[in-house]
Amino acid sequence: MTDVRVAGVGLTRFGSHPDRTGRDLFATAALRAFEDAGVPREDVEELNYGNFMGALAEHQGHQAPLMAEAAGVNCPATRYEEACASAGVAVREAVRTVRAGEADVALAGGMERMTNLPTDEVTEGLAIAADDLFEVRAGVTFPGAYALMATAYFDAYGGSREDLAHVAAKNHANAVPNEYAQYREEVSVEEALEAPPVAEPLHLYDACPITDGASALVIVSEEYAAENDVDAPVAVTGTGQGTDRMALADRDHLARTPAADDAADAAYADAGIGPDEVDVAEVHDCFTIAEVLALESLGLFEPGEGIGAAHDGITTADGDLPVNLSGGLKAKGHPVGATGGSQIAELTRLLRGDHPNSEHVADAEVGVAHNAGGTVASAVVHVLEVAE
Amino acid sequence: MSDDAPAPADNAGYDEWLDALADGEGYALVCPDGHGSLPPRRVCPECGAAALAEEPLAETGSVETHSVVHVAGPRFADDTPYANAIVDFGPVRLTGVLRGVEPGTDAVAIGDRVAVGVEERDTDGEPLVAFRPTDGK
Repeated sequence: MTDVRVAGVGLTRFGSHPDRTGRDLFATAALRAFEDAGVPREDVEELNYGNFMGALAEHQGHQAPLMAEAAGVNCPATRYEEACASAGVAVREAVRTVRAGEADVALAGGMERMTNLPTDEVTEGLAIAADDLFEVRAGVTFPGAYALMATAYFDAYGGSREDLAHVAAKNHANAVPNEYAQYREEVSVEEALEAPPVAEPLHLYDACPITDGASALVIVSEEYAAENDVDAPVAVTGTGQGTDRMALADRDHLARTPAADDAADAAYADAGIGPDEVDVAEVHDCFTIAEVLALESLGLFEPGEGIGAAHDGITTADGDLPVNLSGGLKAKGHPVGATGGSQIAELTRLLRGDHPNSEHVADAEVGVAHNAGGTVASAVVHVLEVAE
Repeated sequence: MSDDAPAPADNAGYDEWLDALADGEGYALVCPDGHGSLPPRRVCPECGAAALAEEPLAETGSVETHSVVHVAGPRFADDTPYANAIVDFGPVRLTGVLRGVEPGTDAVAIGDRVAVGVEERDTDGEPLVAFRPTDGK
């Protein structure tokens, strides 16, 4: 089995680009990834591309060939859709393809365009990641589903809105130096607590924003990097994916995310490491409670213990285990179909030492990325390690 | 809605289930191993068993979690704010809107008993799974 390296990463600034087409956003991310990698486009043998709601937002299906054109590559191209985990599964397929020896170079990532739609249409668009018959028709929105999980969590384990506000304040603080982040302003715990409700117990600053953006990664085999003198010090050493029942009501636990447990277990086993070896994490904090659930599924905290992680300063930039140094989905932004690729781009920069927040993890060697779809009916976890 | 000639089914299995629920005859599909699910199903989603029996829902269920939605999509625009709940009926849990209470985080408590039926969305009159407290609250 071939080892897999991240040769280059590219992102657009996450934020509001209502006039920019999806193809232009992905073209920008890909251009930056190729510049970062120093790998020629003609060596790309496969494009794995994530997108969730392009058919609604841009009236554009069949996006993979369009994005191959935009990136300037000519190779088999496939779009992956797994709601907010779309780019995570796209990257996973690139990793598996390179490992299997089917390709030496793959381009992976994703794009989402959202701010060109009115907010109520985005709300309805995001809700299609839930079960239409038994959830959406019953009034469940995307924030509403996580609100149901938050209430169940507080009931099962304790915790408060204030604990969640510390997650928001932490991730907003982390986003301040990140040039790709949508919101680069600090938000205090008090401001988060006083913000208007979206779906109680979740309020405005518990929720990620509506975001346009794209991510791209050049994934190569270790042999390709060596033969072509490509500087690719970060390896993808573990990948795992999990699936759960679609509707929240059908899950074994309303306050836990078993699909992410499965994805994490598989990724750790694949990498041959345990959660105690993780130095830094990028997790899917579409809502503050989601970061708590992610930390517990990743085995970084026991069930019921993740709620205090930000409040107690363990997961802050200066804590023992910094989480979401990019700003997370919460402050960096969440262009749904691009997010999974963006997390790995940020982790790669953090581990290489060229991220504005790398100083907080100067000695880090192992990073983990957690990307979730819907209310975690899908989850993808990747382990990244400094190989050189 | 069941008094008139039945509307043509848009979602066979689900539409019949919703009509039954509206008539007070809601059911779960239960496999020989006791796993519950909701229609339409060809096999049990937990174990793949094909023998699925319709088992009547209990008259009341127990609230497992709840929320209050303030920002909704166009189909619920005139319903906000509204409370959502997931309620345990034994072999299945149902998700619906909580009616008969002021929407608020203290409108209902986990463990409260509620009855289930079908009511109309305020926004467009479409049918909706609805819960109402049974303890006079």
